[in-house]
Amino acid sequence: MERIPILRMGDLLLVTIQVDMHDRLAMTLQDDLTERIVRDRAKGVLIDISALDLVDSFIGRMISNTAAMARVLDAQTVVVGMQPAVAITLVELGLTLHGVKTALNVEKGMALLGKTDF
Amino acid sequence: MSAALNNAVVFESELLERHRQDRTERTALPLRSDEDVVALRKHVRERAVAIALSLVDQTKLVTAASELARNTLKYGGGGMVYLDALTDGFRKGVGLIFVDNGPGIPDLEMALRDGYTTGGGLGLGLGGSKRLVDEFDIDSRAGEGTAVSVVKWKR
Amino acid sequence: MTTQDYANRISQLIQDHQADIGSEWIEQLEALTVRSSVVSKDQLRKHCQQFLAAFAQATRGGELQNIDHRSWDEVRDILSEISSTRARNGSTPSETATFVFSLKQPLFTRLNEGFAGDPAALASASWTISSLLDKMGLYTIEVFQRARDQIIVRQQQELLELSTPVVKLWDGILALPLIGTLDSARTQVVMENILQKIVDTGAAIAIIDITGVPTVDTLVAQHLMKTIAAARLMGADCIISGIRPQIAQTIVHLGVNLEDVVTKATLADAFLVALERTGTSVIKRTAHA
Repeated sequence: MERIPILRMGDLLLVTIQVDMHDRLAMTLQDDLTERIVRDRAKGVLIDISALDLVDSFIGRMISNTAAMARVLDAQTVVVGMQPAVAITLVELGLTLHGVKTALNVEKGMALLGKTDF
Repeated sequence: MSAALNNAVVFESELLERHRQDRTERTALPLRSDEDVVALRKHVRERAVAIALSLVDQTKLVTAASELARNTLKYGGGGMVYLDALTDGFRKGVGLIFVDNGPGIPDLEMALRDGYTTGGGLGLGLGGSKRLVDEFDIDSRAGEGTAVSVVKWKR
Repeated sequence: MTTQDYANRISQLIQDHQADIGSEWIEQLEALTVRSSVVSKDQLRKHCQQFLAAFAQATRGGELQNIDHRSWDEVRDILSEISSTRARNGSTPSETATFVFSLKQPLFTRLNEGFAGDPAALASASWTISSLLDKMGLYTIEVFQRARDQIIVRQQQELLELSTPVVKLWDGILALPLIGTLDSARTQVVMENILQKIVDTGAAIAIIDITGVPTVDTLVAQHLMKTIAAARLMGADCIISGIRPQIAQTIVHLGVNLEDVVTKATLADAFLVALERTGTSVIKRTAHA
């Protein structure tokens, strides 16, 4: 069963979504991330969606839920690399990604999470 | 649910022939699994690119397709989608008709309200999808099924 | 007489008297054309000669009604060339059509001589020539329109590009002055451009200055709000500057909710806010004596 790889860098988890995810895969990612935050005692989660040319309500909810669960586990989530067309569509759709921090790219995302040196 | 037992969707809706005159091509695709939704997204993207929709319009159309396909799958018990190539003589368009034999939508007006932030709209997100396309029509009968037809034209 | 016979006779007439027809035609044109500066005398002569030669050749083909026929290809090409050149040089469509129509007189003179003693044939030939030249005149107008349309489209594109200039004010701070009226279609393109530029430059803050926008209606205001919402979703933020008193009134009157958007009257004020937000401060040094 395919899974989206989760990288660990210190107390930061990095996920790069590069495939067109079907709903089951998105749910698996959500579960995997939550589990890893606990297991690796992560303080931050960086989700890179720069390769996604589509974010629909399901993916949006998955991201919101992941951020909410991370917060409960005392970790911060930042989503980076949202494409302009995706952003415009989400606004039109009425999806706000409430409670999720965003940044233009991985570098800025790391800065947001307070990680500027390794 | 009976729809799961046979492959044919029998919800007869006049929406299926609404754009008959403008239609140059029709492809029928099944919506029975998550993978079917992913496949549909690819097909819709291809059609959107073929009529040279702007990147934003492509994204809007594919996103609307994804939303509606998911509805068909999760609330309609699975069904079909018809992908139409349209032209009204002046401009080209892409039409999508989602059909299922599910329980139908009891309160259409409520369903068309926003489904995300306010909690209304029965969670179907129909109001949102409506804003992403140029034409949006629903035909739903309790106990029989639902048909949702959307069209996006090249500006 | 068959059509081919006619065609041959007319063609022969033109070829035999090409030089005379040519100079009479040019005389007419020089008398009629008000602005001879558009096309030089030499160019005019050249056009006339080219056209006459091709016209004579084409007539021989026997097709005297349909100018879309193969035998008229060369003539149409020449007309296209002449028409486009004149369009680019600022000719009016009637000036170009007149170029064609003024050939009638010299040709009729020759037809009179050539078909003397056969009034029926003369009438028929005159009518044929007249229709042919009418169709060609109309053709030049079509070509002219098309050439002008292309120029307009190109100008529109250039204008669109000009209308979303991007100024990098400081690290991570962009200024995007919007200029001109924003109709629905244009606003969407402008919106996408702004967001793309934010991504391209990695700006944290984009200052959208609307000093150059004469009116803001509900649609424009909505689009601005959507642009800001989209920018925030992407991880940047926007400040709106250049709000004139009338626009402020319109916005309040329309009931647009600007609650969580920073708005400033001038670009300078907006820049200061942006600097502060990105952690930069400006220190004014005291002047030396």
